[in-house]
Amino acid sequence: MARVGIIGIGHGEFGRRSDATVQELAFEAYREAIHDAQVDPADIDGTVIGSVPEYHKQRSLPGVVQEYLGLNPKPTWLTEVACASGSAAIRTAWMGIGSGAHKMMAVIGCQKMTELATPEILALMGRVGEVQWESVFGTTFPAYYALFAQSHMHEFGTKREQLLQVAVKNHYYGARNPNALFQKEITIEKALASDPVSDPFQVYDCCANADGAACVILASEEIAKKAKGPVVWLDGMACSTASMSVLRRPNLTGLPSAEEASRIAYEMAGVGPKDIKVAEVHDCFTIAEIMAYEDLGFCERGAGGKFIEEKQSYIGGSTPVNVDGGLKSKGHPIGATGVSMTVEIAKQLRGEAGERQVPDADVGLTHNVGGIGQYCFVQVLRRD
Amino acid sequence: MFKWFGKVNFSPYTKVTDFADHLKDGHLMASKCKQCGQESFPPKADCSKCLSGEFEFTEYDGQATLLSFTKIHAAPTGFEDTVPYTVGVVDLKDGGRLLAWFGESIAESDIKIGMDLQVVPQIFEEIKDIKVYYSLEKPGTTWSKV
Repeated sequence: MARVGIIGIGHGEFGRRSDATVQELAFEAYREAIHDAQVDPADIDGTVIGSVPEYHKQRSLPGVVQEYLGLNPKPTWLTEVACASGSAAIRTAWMGIGSGAHKMMAVIGCQKMTELATPEILALMGRVGEVQWESVFGTTFPAYYALFAQSHMHEFGTKREQLLQVAVKNHYYGARNPNALFQKEITIEKALASDPVSDPFQVYDCCANADGAACVILASEEIAKKAKGPVVWLDGMACSTASMSVLRRPNLTGLPSAEEASRIAYEMAGVGPKDIKVAEVHDCFTIAEIMAYEDLGFCERGAGGKFIEEKQSYIGGSTPVNVDGGLKSKGHPIGATGVSMTVEIAKQLRGEAGERQVPDADVGLTHNVGGIGQYCFVQVLRRD
Repeated sequence: MFKWFGKVNFSPYTKVTDFADHLKDGHLMASKCKQCGQESFPPKADCSKCLSGEFEFTEYDGQATLLSFTKIHAAPTGFEDTVPYTVGVVDLKDGGRLLAWFGESIAESDIKIGMDLQVVPQIFEEIKDIKVYYSLEKPGTTWSKV
């Protein structure tokens, strides 16, 4: 597989974007990425859109985005694997360029979730499990991760406060990210006073629905080497799946898809977990980040609670994680999230992350989970 | 009819429709591949091991241990009048797993991961959108009409 580089990045503001349509959100990120890459849009020979179509009133999103970007008649298509749709789009473009079919592609993760009323969103999210055997009992998206949290707490003694320390960290960094939905720090006490959602989760254990978009411009090695700006290489690109139903998982303390995807990605990139200087992991709920520490090998299985308690995932710790605020604080426009993670790691590797910059970051990782680990994409990125 | 099963059913059409009829008679059934013998709960019509589409039902006794649970406070559409409710995932002694509500034989304060439970078919005859399902009960609890 030929090497593929990221030559441009763009990121719009995440939040309740009642000021913009989804194609307008896509354009914000695309324009920034084109300016960043310093390329002529005429050289983009295709786009891949990561998004989850059920949330939009517009049918067949790639067409409307492509038209709005002014990229007709170049090809476009959509990738969908729930909350990992953005990373699936990057992988698809990586394959397209690596195969030689394309030279330079724009990958756009974009999502408007707030076009729908809350009861409609709850109903859609509730179908993330197996509808035949689980949804009939009123399962919800937070409830599934809550089952993992209860199991993890029982098996490893993970504490309620350790879960919330993840939220405290991510809000701390989100307060330093101008693109984040919540730019406010929180305390354990405040989190413990919030409304219950699904035991043990309260409001502050959960990320928020949001609107937003992010974009990366990918190019072949030949083009990337001539790029005007810095290049970040996609050196480890892996994805894996696990059963849709939690009833067919080996246990409820980790995500086998994340273990498998990271194993493959590390091998492809020729690195191990200790080489990762900065990581973006899927923290849709507090337990998800703790399981990610373990699934990705940043600490031993069962030691995730201790890892956050010792601040190992802060800047200065052994592996800084989600120093842009994560989904928890940045917001989770599901199709945009994976691309947003890649943009943040690219920014870190380029040394452009401002007050949340991890010193000497040369190798970074993204971990983007779809649903409750039914899909997982892991990327290892390296700076030029 | 499979549409009798559960609440706010999303797909009444399935090749394992008879599961709900058996449940109505008080029997908890798993599927068994007629070709290779692989058993499955939840039941499946098609075997992912040998690819056979021939299956039969085999009865499970419903003895189980609790793997995890959560009390849901924020409900999805269709469950607004039921909230809050507690769901548990159990490992069946005969194999496989299921997810269900806790029944009245178990006090909320007694719920502990690892506890023994009995899966019991339940019938509602008066409620429009739910006819049969199963609940998690104390060991020794038997099938009853609610």
